[in-house]
Amino acid sequence: MRNILLVLFLPFVGWAQDIRKSESYTNGQVIYEDFCMLCHMANGKGVPKAFPPLASSDYLKDIKATVNSIKYGLNGPIVVNGVKYNSVMAPMGLDDQEVADVTNYILNTWGNRHNQRITKQMVEKLTKKE
Amino acid sequence: MKKTSISLLFLLIVCTACAQKDTSIQTPSRIDYDLELVVPELEIPWGIAMLPDNSLIITEKSGKLIHFKDGNKIEIGGMPDTYVRGQGGLMGIALHPDFTNNQRIYFSQSSVVDSEEDGGNTALFSATLSGNDLSDVTLLYKAQPNTRVGRHFGSRIVFDNEGYLFFTVGDRGKRDDNPQDLTRDGGKVYRIHDDGRIPDDNPFTDITGAKKAIYSYGHRNPQGMTLHPQTGGIWTNEHGPLGGDEINIVRAGANYGWPVITYGKNYSGTTITKETSRPGMEQPFYYWIPSIAPSGMAFIHGDVYPDWEGSLLVGSLKFEYLERLVIENNQVTFREKVAENIGRVRDVIVGSDGYIYMAVEGKGIYKIVPKA
Repeated sequence: MRNILLVLFLPFVGWAQDIRKSESYTNGQVIYEDFCMLCHMANGKGVPKAFPPLASSDYLKDIKATVNSIKYGLNGPIVVNGVKYNSVMAPMGLDDQEVADVTNYILNTWGNRHNQRITKQMVEKLTKKE
Repeated sequence: MKKTSISLLFLLIVCTACAQKDTSIQTPSRIDYDLELVVPELEIPWGIAMLPDNSLIITEKSGKLIHFKDGNKIEIGGMPDTYVRGQGGLMGIALHPDFTNNQRIYFSQSSVVDSEEDGGNTALFSATLSGNDLSDVTLLYKAQPNTRVGRHFGSRIVFDNEGYLFFTVGDRGKRDDNPQDLTRDGGKVYRIHDDGRIPDDNPFTDITGAKKAIYSYGHRNPQGMTLHPQTGGIWTNEHGPLGGDEINIVRAGANYGWPVITYGKNYSGTTITKETSRPGMEQPFYYWIPSIAPSGMAFIHGDVYPDWEGSLLVGSLKFEYLERLVIENNQVTFREKVAENIGRVRDVIVGSDGYIYMAVEGKGIYKIVPKA
């Protein structure tokens, strides 16, 4: 029984580790440190009241909202982990590959895990303006 | 006892690690002014200037230049393209000292022009404002090279009393390459003539390979600059790393030390250098720990705010207030919050009408009106 569980579980662990070893993740870290860290901090915890956390953030469960906010910025109130934030995040001018890279970094750092790798194509599709 | 000291030590570590709050600044017990939102619904207003008719021109980071007059926002036509990336966009704005006669305006923005490299860097333009359109748009200076790095573009513009134009460019995220190297742009305050010519008596004109427009160096990311109304000196504020934001009074040829000396640390909390001073490098006039993320700068002068006469105003992006600093005997002696929790204060000016105007991200332009 335990073996079956292990077999079932292993691919997911492997997958998550793969993302952290990927070029996309490494590039995403560079982008994070350049564009995001100033406000969301090196530990992903943000700044109380001003900038929401990315570490263990419930906002990130919505991948569409996540990639859209990175691509187009945010303006107006949002709720993260039950706390209201009302600030401006300017559009960063990142291309879709860069949005994918930094999303992979954010979704797999500070204890965050997301088993699906975000690709440029997914960003294109999710952020298409109607 | 042992348990207590361990608990105390733990508490100390926790408090040091989360020392986000600035405890040395005062919150006024009585507020004698109203905050009037005179220009609502702006995105990221970055710079403000007041025209002789008391209307405002406002830079939006996104690249729009806005003329606000008689309650209407009009986008000024003829702007060159802005390279919007990271902290880059349309930033500083200033009027020519003789604007009334020549209608010349000056603005700085991140731009792709005049470089073969991918990316952008800070550019300074002048243009003639006729009605709500620009003509005779002229590139006066372009920092090199272009790069896709998204941080530390600067940039503010100020004319001094002799008509020299000063502007700032941040270190472009290359602290080990740019601020201490006079042959490279970035991490500098520049001084030029109003038409882009480089003054013969600039400090580094004799140095082979130096960028001759450089006036002072060793800066990180200056986003505030103003003229002292009495001394005529050029004052700047700049973002430090984690801690170590600075106020400097710029002098010709001076080295302000970044990143060789600093009162700040890396964002990760690791040490950049233990050195905070070194011979031949300037000490800041004042430094902030923790960082307030300063932007915009103005001295209060005139008769609208008699109690605040001579105070220095600095916007805080991080703590979302306008900071008022009292300076006596060449030292900061008192600091207080003006407009607490107003939002990210990006710029502040004292208009030619004597009133304080501040640009707040996501909100607009506020005017500080003393209560009658």
